[in-house]
Amino acid sequence: MSTIYILWLRQLKRYLRSKSRIVGSLGQPLLFLVALGFGFGPIFQKAGGGNYIQFLTPGIIAMSILFTALFSGIEIIWDKQFGFLKETLVAPVSRLEIMIGRTFGGATVALMQGVIVLLLSFIVGFRITNIWLVGLALVFMFIIAIIFSALGTAIASLLNDMQGFQLIMNFLIMPLFFLSGALFPLNGLPKALNSIIKINPLTYGVDGLRGALTSVNNFYLVHDLLLLGGIAVILLIIGSYLFSKIQV
Amino acid sequence: MIDVTNLTKRFNTLTAVDNISFSVSKGEIFAFLGPNGAGKTTTIKMVTTLLRPTSGKILLNGNDVLQNPKEARRSFGIVFQDPSLDDELTAYENMEFHAVLYKVPKDVRKIRIEQLLTFVELWDRKNDLVKNFSGGMKRRLEIARGLIHHPKILFLDEPTLGLDPQTRTHIWAYIKDLNEKEEMTIFFTTHYMDEAEKVAQRIAIIDHGRIITQGTPNELKESTKTNSLEDAFLKLTGTPIREEEVNSSDRMRLGRRIRRPH
Repeated sequence: MSTIYILWLRQLKRYLRSKSRIVGSLGQPLLFLVALGFGFGPIFQKAGGGNYIQFLTPGIIAMSILFTALFSGIEIIWDKQFGFLKETLVAPVSRLEIMIGRTFGGATVALMQGVIVLLLSFIVGFRITNIWLVGLALVFMFIIAIIFSALGTAIASLLNDMQGFQLIMNFLIMPLFFLSGALFPLNGLPKALNSIIKINPLTYGVDGLRGALTSVNNFYLVHDLLLLGGIAVILLIIGSYLFSKIQV
Repeated sequence: MIDVTNLTKRFNTLTAVDNISFSVSKGEIFAFLGPNGAGKTTTIKMVTTLLRPTSGKILLNGNDVLQNPKEARRSFGIVFQDPSLDDELTAYENMEFHAVLYKVPKDVRKIRIEQLLTFVELWDRKNDLVKNFSGGMKRRLEIARGLIHHPKILFLDEPTLGLDPQTRTHIWAYIKDLNEKEEMTIFFTTHYMDEAEKVAQRIAIIDHGRIITQGTPNELKESTKTNSLEDAFLKLTGTPIREEEVNSSDRMRLGRRIRRPH
């Protein structure tokens, strides 16, 4: 059993043992899906956008993955002061191994959440258009999970308590989410926002996921995949660097 | 076994640890005593690789902590003041996690986990989640965990803080047993002077980041002409209460009682 594996396993065990947390964190994505889906559905259809549930579901899946992955990275702040992190920092293992194990564990948990949301979305009428691309959809989901898990780790390595977290949520995460095309198409938005949209990893993640699940995408799926992969690697490097600099 | 030379730590303008030097020989039980804010925890953190010193040298079992942290980490186990267990895992899983991190070979792992959990009388609770353990049980588990890789040195930061007398007696009995049987070097901090007197072979008293004096409990009592270690300590460090800066760990501890994050 290696270090990376046992850290990965720990994330999974913690997730699977907390039934209330699983159910609770499904609440928000489902609420959004149902409320927005049926609320804006008729308007979207009338405006010529087609079936809103089809459009929205990949965005909601991405949303649940984003938040689950981010929070698993942020958990480090709690581990920092309440002890468990010290146990890993004092052990004769490299910080890189710890960071990789945690990040991939958190990403796996987020992926599982995303799959549950996908399955539940069938109940409200979502349909996959191309069964052969489900594998690709899972790949997109996993890369989004890695990106935000690594981002969560990077942020948590810099913060010492949860105060700064609110700021990050409102000024970084929510804008990234809203400007990703998850909830509404990006075509009609003011040109000024283009730069943010272009550098937002979630834009490509949502586009790729939507393309794989519903065959509707603005960019080439290959481009999405490559860009996401590149961003994931960069964030993993940044995350590892910042994690290695933690002093408890 | 532990050799600290000219160790200093400065945080901006504050000098938390000021040029301290001390040595602990193999198989010795050494206590590090001091008032709040004296620099004990900062020193332990530096010696256990959690904090980088501003200057100075630390050798653990001959390994330079700054040049060779990984090797140095293999030579010690530590029981922190704040529990560092994973509450959502079982006692067995916590032990196993530690064993994997310290590269204890697979065939040996199971045997040692059983041995140690039995030693601290927690074997029958091995499959219970740690969040259901009492403070004393958690501390005993941490001691067992710290020993899995058979370290040469065991660091303990206030090991019996907040525990009832029965558990305290047990814990010191375990520690003395380890010291006698395995020749394990023990380094601990405590505020319970009566315990320090009974258990420690040598003591260093630290205040304002400097070591004021070192010696056996008897030497300290003689030089200050007092009858108990506690009186000697108070004579050497004075009676004013030291205020400590609230650190983020305290803030979080209090904050947690009021509000859960998400």
